[in-house]
Amino acid sequence: MTAINPHGTSLNHGILSVLVQNRPGVLARVASLFARRGYNIFSLAVAPAEDDAQSRITIVVDLESAPLEQMVKQLFKLVDVVKISELDPRRSIERELLLATIRADAGQRSEIVELVKIFEAKILAVGADALTVSLEGHPDKLDDFEELLGSYAIVELQRTGRVALPKLDRSSRLRGANPNQKGKVG
Amino acid sequence: MSTNQPERITGAQALIRALEMEQVDTIFGLPGGCILPAYDPLLESSIRHVLVRHEQGAGHMAEGYAHVTGRPGVAMVTSGPAATNLVTPLMDAYMDSIPMIGITGQVGTGAIGSDAFQECDTVGITRSCTKHNELVMSADDIPMAVRQAFHIATTGRPGPVLLDLPKDVLQNEMTWHWPTDEEVRASLPGYRPNTKGHPRMIKEAAQMILAAERPILYVGGGMLKARAAEALRELAELTGINVVTTLMARGVFPDDHELNLGMPGMHGTIAATTAMQRSDLLITLGARFDDRITGKVDGFAPDAKVIHVDIDPAEQGKVRRPDVPIVGDCRLVTEDIIREIRDLLASGVAQADISEWKSRVSGWQEIFPLTYDPAEPGAALKPQFCLERLRDSSPEDTIVVSGVGQHQMWASLHWRFNHPYTWVNSGGLGTMGFSIPAAIGAKMGRPDATVWAVDGDGCFQMTAQELVTATVERIPIKIALLNNSYLGMVRQWQEMFYDERYSEVYLSTDTPDYVKWAESMGCVGIRVESPEEVQPAIDLANSINDLTVVIEFRTDSDEKVFPMIPAGCTNDQVLVHPSQQEHRSQL
Ligand SMILES: Cc1ncc(C[n+]2csc(CCOP(=O)(O)OP(=O)(O)O)c2C)c(N)n1
Repeated sequence: MTAINPHGTSLNHGILSVLVQNRPGVLARVASLFARRGYNIFSLAVAPAEDDAQSRITIVVDLESAPLEQMVKQLFKLVDVVKISELDPRRSIERELLLATIRADAGQRSEIVELVKIFEAKILAVGADALTVSLEGHPDKLDDFEELLGSYAIVELQRTGRVALPKLDRSSRLRGANPNQKGKVG
Repeated sequence: MSTNQPERITGAQALIRALEMEQVDTIFGLPGGCILPAYDPLLESSIRHVLVRHEQGAGHMAEGYAHVTGRPGVAMVTSGPAATNLVTPLMDAYMDSIPMIGITGQVGTGAIGSDAFQECDTVGITRSCTKHNELVMSADDIPMAVRQAFHIATTGRPGPVLLDLPKDVLQNEMTWHWPTDEEVRASLPGYRPNTKGHPRMIKEAAQMILAAERPILYVGGGMLKARAAEALRELAELTGINVVTTLMARGVFPDDHELNLGMPGMHGTIAATTAMQRSDLLITLGARFDDRITGKVDGFAPDAKVIHVDIDPAEQGKVRRPDVPIVGDCRLVTEDIIREIRDLLASGVAQADISEWKSRVSGWQEIFPLTYDPAEPGAALKPQFCLERLRDSSPEDTIVVSGVGQHQMWASLHWRFNHPYTWVNSGGLGTMGFSIPAAIGAKMGRPDATVWAVDGDGCFQMTAQELVTATVERIPIKIALLNNSYLGMVRQWQEMFYDERYSEVYLSTDTPDYVKWAESMGCVGIRVESPEEVQPAIDLANSINDLTVVIEFRTDSDEKVFPMIPAGCTNDQVLVHPSQQEHRSQL
């Protein structure tokens, strides 16, 4: 087993942005397809898209488990899948949110506050012996933050899984993309 | 379409009317609590309902009907245990790309999730064995759901679609509206199967076909689904390239055609399997490189380039990476390739000389014909002998419907299929018990045709109760039961690969008494034990057209299917019939 970063930030991850019809069970369809075909998911984020009849699912997949092309093609077979974009990590904007509650006695508190400042994170709540912090940013940055937090006592930590959209070129204009057309396959 | 008065009818009436609008003439099913409302308007409908004895039978009947007609078969059952009984046929249809509509009752919408009586998560359970499924939550949605189901089941790569209908949805009133094609299309923005092949790829394919020195047409069930038999024949005859037809494609190209090498794969003919193995170009049409065809994938057709035509993009590169992938309808693409080849030939491009290759191939055919040792006098019948006599005594376009096991392989190998849609079997899932209900479905689809089910004793015992359905519903079929007293195919593996350590494969020779059983189900039962009895029994069976006939042939338990490629081996390691062993070096 190669050590895989559980958040999919190894070189072996692919990002799929999947636009689906917002219908009951659609997430179960996607999940059961991945389970049935033996494809591993690092993270999955889902929420209604710009058109609220549709949702966008951002799936970070493990390319060790199957070729991306097969995953895309199999996903396309789901009738509720409208469009799939493969997002090349180098040409997309990726964001994730992390929340963590850390045990912090008076002595540690200032160190953690320092760390929060360096990462431009936020302190959301302060208790007698704990802090809740949040950090939004690129998943790599969250990884670093999480690693450094690791030297304190983390009570609870939750990450959202990444969401991503294609990067705009400085010169790019939106083409009249037809949202009713399936996206291109690999 | 404008209607003056919005018409109010129940969901159940809408369901039956929608099925009529979809040209459904037959439903196979069995009623129960939750689906009860739908059975009431059936009394006024033009649709014939066939009452089955087990819901699995309804599903396989729908499949058999779809196999021979190309139209979706419909199975309608109630919720809970009936829905779970339908799971095997749905999976079977999914594996073999059979258009089928499953309709299940469901508990009322208010009770869903409460573990109500006969509630089960049908949509959840069938998610991975249907092309699509839908829990319909409002009576108003029924016509659209039906239209979508038929559209999805029959277009692109065909497959089963299930509609789960809660009881109150069937009972509630709705305003009838029959969606237009445009409305259906717009309701499925994510469903746009591509039928037209890419012109550049088609051109490339045509060039490769003409340049290949050892080409083979590797033809799968997709060609039957695409109704491409004529196009295939034209392509084969235009190029003179030999054809292999997979288990799912038997009949798409005439077995009597000189270019046909028969079935390749685990139990394929030596010529078909070896020709693929030595080929330099596999022209793959509607086939999917199943493991029963390829053997060990690493060693499969090592020198072959691959053209892969399939309507399902996910088949491209799933097992074997194609050099020329073409996503599209197999018939349209084959026709385009023919056109392209004709253009190339007209422009002076010459086809490579394949005569040497073809004489090698016909050498394999001559040295390694299908063979079996004839029975010793007084010994048990050879199953192949029975099938050959049956083949030679039955009408030319007889439909053969097989179970799963040795008898299936013998039927596929020893029959001569010269017409498309005359071979019905469970290929991908290998479902024992398929043949009797599927034969009934086939007979409903093709009442004019003679339908012979070829069954094993193990399979027969799984679904024989549907012979009651055949009798009561007056759907006369014929069953050739090859009773070898064993789960024969499993026995063969235990004999060959487990040192003849037979574990739980012996059934019994005379229990049940198949003749009595057949008679008790209203069928004619005939037992055949000696070679002299074979022909008269077949002639008698073929002369009876108003009753179902079961012939029990008592066959040799020791008989094995050859050729055979042991699991995990490459196709070079094929085991030939022992009598051909001395020629093995010529492969
Ligand atoms: C439902 C089901 N259970 C088990 C099997 C495994 N299996 C494959 S062939 C076979 C034996 C079939 O026996 P029979 O119907 O007597 O046919 P024969 O092989 O003897 O011709 C078995 C058990 C299967 N294919 N399907």
